[in-house]
Amino acid sequence: MSTTYRTCPRSGLQFELQAERLMLANAVAAVVFLLVGGILAVGVVLTRWPAVHWLSADAFYMVLTAHGIDMLIFWIIFFEMAVLYFCSSTLLRCRIATPRMAWLGFALMLIGAVTNNIAVFRGSSSVMMTSYVPMMAEPAFYLGLILFAVGALIGCFVFLGTLVVAKREKTYQGSIPLVTFGAVTATIIAVFTITSGAIILIPTFLMSVGIVKEVDPLVYRTIWWAFGHSSQQINVAAHISIWYAIAAICFGAKPMSERVSRGAFLLYILFLQLASAHHLLADPGMSTEWKVVNTSYFMYFAVLASMIHGLTIPGAIEVAQREKGYTKGLFEWLRKAPWGNPVFSGMFISLIGFGFLGGISGVMMGTEQLNMLIHNTIYVPGHFHATVVVGTTLSFMALTYFLIPVLFKREMINPGLAKLQPYMFGLSMYFFCLVMMGAGTLGVARRHWDMTMGGSPLAYEFPGAAYLMMGLVGIAGIAAILGGAIYIYITVGSLLWGKKLEPGVQTTQTIPLPKTPMPNVVIQSHGSSGFAAPGTFALAMVFLVSFVLYYFINWKYLSQVWGLS
Amino acid sequence: MSAILPPAERLWWKHPLDRVEGTWIVIAFVWCMIMFAMMVGWHIYGKQNLSTETYKTTPELFGKKAQDVVDKYTVRKETDREIPVVHPPPGSDVYLVARLWDWWPIIELEKDQTYKLHLTSMDYNHGFSLQPVNINIQVVPGYEHVIKMTPNQAGTFSIVCNEFCGIGHANMAGRIYVK
Amino acid sequence: MNENDPNDLNAPVPFMQELLDNPFLLLFLGVMIPMVVYSLWGVIDILTIPVAK
Repeated sequence: MSTTYRTCPRSGLQFELQAERLMLANAVAAVVFLLVGGILAVGVVLTRWPAVHWLSADAFYMVLTAHGIDMLIFWIIFFEMAVLYFCSSTLLRCRIATPRMAWLGFALMLIGAVTNNIAVFRGSSSVMMTSYVPMMAEPAFYLGLILFAVGALIGCFVFLGTLVVAKREKTYQGSIPLVTFGAVTATIIAVFTITSGAIILIPTFLMSVGIVKEVDPLVYRTIWWAFGHSSQQINVAAHISIWYAIAAICFGAKPMSERVSRGAFLLYILFLQLASAHHLLADPGMSTEWKVVNTSYFMYFAVLASMIHGLTIPGAIEVAQREKGYTKGLFEWLRKAPWGNPVFSGMFISLIGFGFLGGISGVMMGTEQLNMLIHNTIYVPGHFHATVVVGTTLSFMALTYFLIPVLFKREMINPGLAKLQPYMFGLSMYFFCLVMMGAGTLGVARRHWDMTMGGSPLAYEFPGAAYLMMGLVGIAGIAAILGGAIYIYITVGSLLWGKKLEPGVQTTQTIPLPKTPMPNVVIQSHGSSGFAAPGTFALAMVFLVSFVLYYFINWKYLSQVWGLS
Repeated sequence: MSAILPPAERLWWKHPLDRVEGTWIVIAFVWCMIMFAMMVGWHIYGKQNLSTETYKTTPELFGKKAQDVVDKYTVRKETDREIPVVHPPPGSDVYLVARLWDWWPIIELEKDQTYKLHLTSMDYNHGFSLQPVNINIQVVPGYEHVIKMTPNQAGTFSIVCNEFCGIGHANMAGRIYVK
Repeated sequence: MNENDPNDLNAPVPFMQELLDNPFLLLFLGVMIPMVVYSLWGVIDILTIPVAK
């Protein structure tokens, strides 16, 4: 298939025609599902805000089911497909492998997503995203998810195929870029994730149409979480790659050491998926050994990897800034960073929030015994909104601001509002997550329509603080939804009404990446003798101290509750 | 060069580490090992570990065993639904049924005594959430989970269901008294 | 030129670098490890649960 290549005059990146169209289609589909999920979020937060308690119980559970699936699966995986094509075709300057298959994958994903949404909105599939058997949804619910998963799997193999094409056609020399390597990590996790999803959803679909008699509830939970949790690990690998990419784009930052960053991604590939066990720590049946080995990612090696990325990304930015002359004190490099550029501010707010809120709370919940204090309370959504919304969604938003001129070829409308958006969305999400975790600590349940328990004679009377926290969840949630609405307004508005920009020179042949010059002496001087990023190190120590304190506070609390053995 | 370009060096694996990275990796690794040791160590020295004793069961079998205990140890009935309050002797087996949409029966325990709590669900997944202690355990149908429990405070405790189990989920409540 | 020069054109590529440059080998490892350690072990745990009397 003949194709053309365009070199973007604003970024120097080269886009192949088919890959560019695929990225556009996937990104647009993603934003549409974000919009739907965002509207549904209004229903969720206004119902859980006790003073408002807006929707009826059946509407609430339906809306919550759709919100979870549209956000956690459809918005994120559509966007990730665009990221995968960007990291392969664009960064390697290569034509995309089998574009027809890629379009087939996209079509399956879209059909699957729409089918699933229709099933949910018909009202008889309010089974939550997890759809634990024996509670059953209608067959279209599972069928939609299966079609979506098959489509996404095709996308993963198109990505891997593109790597093969690039290597064979020598569009780059040496190893693939670090960001592409991060995308490889995300893809590998995705293959495991989607395979697990297929293994458990296909029999469940057959059960819903009456062919299979029973799917074991505990086996379902085990394999479903290999899908449900790992799909969030795809996000971690993807948004960390995006952080590296944004550090490179905004600062020309180079990784402090390829070995360390790639080694950390390797730890993700090997161990990150084991964390699916976090959801089964409070379950019957699983052995202690299984729980301990899996929940700790095989002795916390994936936590080690995240802590490494958390240092090397700001570290790379610091090194780049110091080379530009911002060397005063520990933090001049950070103060003089482009805080008005939403690409950078979004990425940095995402990184800090992901580490401090999402990371620490995640390790807490993933500790076998501490999990008993948290399992299924609203602390859990507090945690994963810090990882998936502050971490992944905000990173995707930041990347979008870069892609509007580069990929969409439009001038961004209302740049003043865009400057504000990451702060409004990110900081209100910080607060949202904190108060949610606070409410969870007081025992408030997740996926729960009514804290007063409908006046049941045995009802638990939650303390006033819990009601206060849930009220704050409502307020912060609305603020965050407004922040998300601004993002959609800017993105869709730019796409529709933004001034068209020069697409750049078209060629019929790819222009391979020039051989990167031999590193000069300055680069090599970062050796074992240096201490190149002291400011980042100081931040990392602040992180460690918070982590250690919070960790032991939880153990202290656990030691005071009822004895269990 | 930058992270979106191929590594500049042919043998980037040999590029020496900066001391910031090296130091942080060591610190992070030590912390990870401490956390791992805490989790394993608590199994040996800690007093709050979730039992893994589990049996495959059926609603009929479990329901019968629960009924036997209720018949033997009911001390009174509460609420207008006449829910039995069971006061079993310390050390004995206590059965708690999770079903759409209640926890049955009400249980009365003695402080600082150990009981074997048997938990299962008759239908969907449920969540045993003991408040205000905030101990949370998943209840899975078809599996009987046996947990040794030692209440260390007296009072009235509620069981909230914190796993979504259908339209009546939010009203599903139970009670444990500790004397 | 010292032995550890990252730009030596004749030195062999280190094993770890070769591994990290091979996405299909990584794919194999990244799927097999969780399949065995998480899924298979987990399902074996469930299937060996005794029946209640």
